[in-house]
Amino acid sequence: MTRRHLALAVLSAATLALGACSAGDLGSSDDESGGGKVTLSFLTDNQPETVKMAEGLAKDFTAKNPDITVNVETRPQGTEGDNIVKTRLSTGDMTDMFMYNSGSLMQALAPQKNLAPVDDFAGQLDENFKKAVGSDGKIYGVPFGNYMAGAILYNKEVYDKNGLTVPTTWDEFQANNAKLKAAGVDPVIQTYGETWTSQLFILGDYHNVEAASPGWADQYTKNQAKYATTPAAKAGFDHLQQVHDAGYVNKDFASAKLTDGLNKLAKGQGAQYPILSAMVSQLIADNPGSENKIGLFAIPGTDTAKNGLTVWAPNGLYIPSSTSGDKLAAAKKFLGFVASPDGCASMGKSTTPTGPYAVTGCKLPDSVPQAVKDMQTYIDKQGASSLALEFLSPVKGPALEQICVEVGSGIRKADAAAKLYDEDVKKQAQQLGLEGW
Amino acid sequence: MEARPRTSVAGPAPAAGRKKSPYPSWFYLPAAIVYAVLFLVPTVTSFYFSLTRWSIFDSQFIGFDNYVTFFREPALVSGLWHTVLYAVITSGLKVLLGLGLAVLLTSQIIGRGYLRSVVFFPVLVSTIGVGLTFTILLDPEEGLVNESLALIGVQGPGWLTDPSFALMSVALVDVWKGVGLATLIYIAGIVSIPQEYFEAARVDGATAWQNFVKIVLPLARPATFTVILLSLIGGLRSFDLIWAMTRGGPGFTSDVIASVIYKQYQAGFYGLSTAGNVVLFLLVTAIIFPLSRYLNSKEVDL
Repeated sequence: MTRRHLALAVLSAATLALGACSAGDLGSSDDESGGGKVTLSFLTDNQPETVKMAEGLAKDFTAKNPDITVNVETRPQGTEGDNIVKTRLSTGDMTDMFMYNSGSLMQALAPQKNLAPVDDFAGQLDENFKKAVGSDGKIYGVPFGNYMAGAILYNKEVYDKNGLTVPTTWDEFQANNAKLKAAGVDPVIQTYGETWTSQLFILGDYHNVEAASPGWADQYTKNQAKYATTPAAKAGFDHLQQVHDAGYVNKDFASAKLTDGLNKLAKGQGAQYPILSAMVSQLIADNPGSENKIGLFAIPGTDTAKNGLTVWAPNGLYIPSSTSGDKLAAAKKFLGFVASPDGCASMGKSTTPTGPYAVTGCKLPDSVPQAVKDMQTYIDKQGASSLALEFLSPVKGPALEQICVEVGSGIRKADAAAKLYDEDVKKQAQQLGLEGW
Repeated sequence: MEARPRTSVAGPAPAAGRKKSPYPSWFYLPAAIVYAVLFLVPTVTSFYFSLTRWSIFDSQFIGFDNYVTFFREPALVSGLWHTVLYAVITSGLKVLLGLGLAVLLTSQIIGRGYLRSVVFFPVLVSTIGVGLTFTILLDPEEGLVNESLALIGVQGPGWLTDPSFALMSVALVDVWKGVGLATLIYIAGIVSIPQEYFEAARVDGATAWQNFVKIVLPLARPATFTVILLSLIGGLRSFDLIWAMTRGGPGFTSDVIASVIYKQYQAGFYGLSTAGNVVLFLLVTAIIFPLSRYLNSKEVDL
């Protein structure tokens, strides 16, 4: 099965590449007759919002630089898309520019070998983002999109009605939950019908781990720190078990889907939903008029003073090392445009921003939803936000979602789950060939 | 030169010596190349790659580490058990239900042709389609099954979300989907039993039950063996229905070997998943090969 899939990936990549070649060749032969014109190809994933953003950027950029045309091409999302990007990079057949995840997935592309460094833009970028696209002191990409947070979305009306305040420690959070349950509202929404949504109590808790033991990610990458043996890291699993054991989750948690969870939250049937902040846009689209009803707070830890938000860096826009000559210069110009306030404005025009920008000088419009404003408060405050673990360490086990579902459904206890997850990440570390595993 | 055509004319299959093929052996070449490139080479290379840690960029030889890791995978141990359980349950139920339905559908009942096609119909529908449909029907809160049960005052369980029901629910859907094929094989087996036996039995005054036990059951034995083998192989390597309905969940409670392997592949552990496929291959062979030998020897005795 494996080999067949690989062959399929290579085949589809080759087909795409053929398509790209012919389109590109046609374009450039037309342009050469015009003199000095360049056509760039730009590969993004096929999520509608992403495509809208990419096409908007291409149009606004060409309006400013009439000599350069940008053609947007799309690829599937997920594992299939990963394979296409890797195959095209390793065969030197990548488009002139492409969009891809930042953080550990970007590190897996072997940036020193496959990507062109773009250090010229370092001054325009936010510190956290530079970490997410940096390798060996060089920077390889500019941000495409916004930050998002792994946090708890909560219904402000339900909070007001029950006289609750935003919790900053886990004990306060549990006290709120007890009151909410007594009031007949589901305190915490969980939706294991889509398994990835189960991981937020662990992944979104990383700021608290980092605050309790600074530099944990490095030790973790070197196989010196473990989830099972670091109390602050294991806390995420404990929390998941506690909300289940106390009966604080919605009754249909095992089969509910993301959309169900968002609707429950918007309608006030549930009070709090640990989820990625970018899901706010879907919540608002499905429940018009809830922009200011839904707030956001960071996942509470043990210490009020150290509580803060775990953030996910935006995707990156990269130039492969196969791009050269005029095209390289033009592609760098395009990246410079994307990493400027004009670029932010263009992206904001295509889709509603759901998080802060990673480019200096870019401001969110006043009309953003309340949850995004709450998020900005954390980011503006010194030391109140950290990147998620997946941007600081390449080690992430593939079975985390299933393990979380087990803990959140009461099938496995938190201690055993943390140990099991430590075993799971070992495979990833070995596959990447990391030292010390 | 002259003697040769004569011998071949004289006897189509001479008892002594092998008959020489009238075609030159390079006629085999096209088929041999296709077979080698598409089947032999991938099989052999997959044995090699199961001993490496490979990615799209390179591969590194690591001996039997993949097998060690694979057998340490906690989901695998339960997955092995689930696979065997799943295969035995689906295979057993298909034999029982298939035989019962076949007996019913070979008797003189009204609308026999129509009923036969109704039983066979689920076999024709795509597995993924069946899986998605049943996922909706079996939804614990809004599913048709539990809503119907609620009407008669029974609180249905979370068929696919309760760890103790998930694997069994999928197995039952698999039986629903596959029993048509088993029935078809049995019908063919029963119809091919010569009528003389039944006539002789009637003369002797045999009851319907005696007919079934003494004539249908022994003479339909080849059909039984076919159904057992096919459904056991199908059950052991079953993946698509489980993946469509539960993705091995909740947690790992309905994981079978094939879904464990698929998850390793999805995570990019190519060496590990290749090793898993070799294990699956060996397991299926280890179960099916002796079983098939045993069943075949029984058939000769008949």
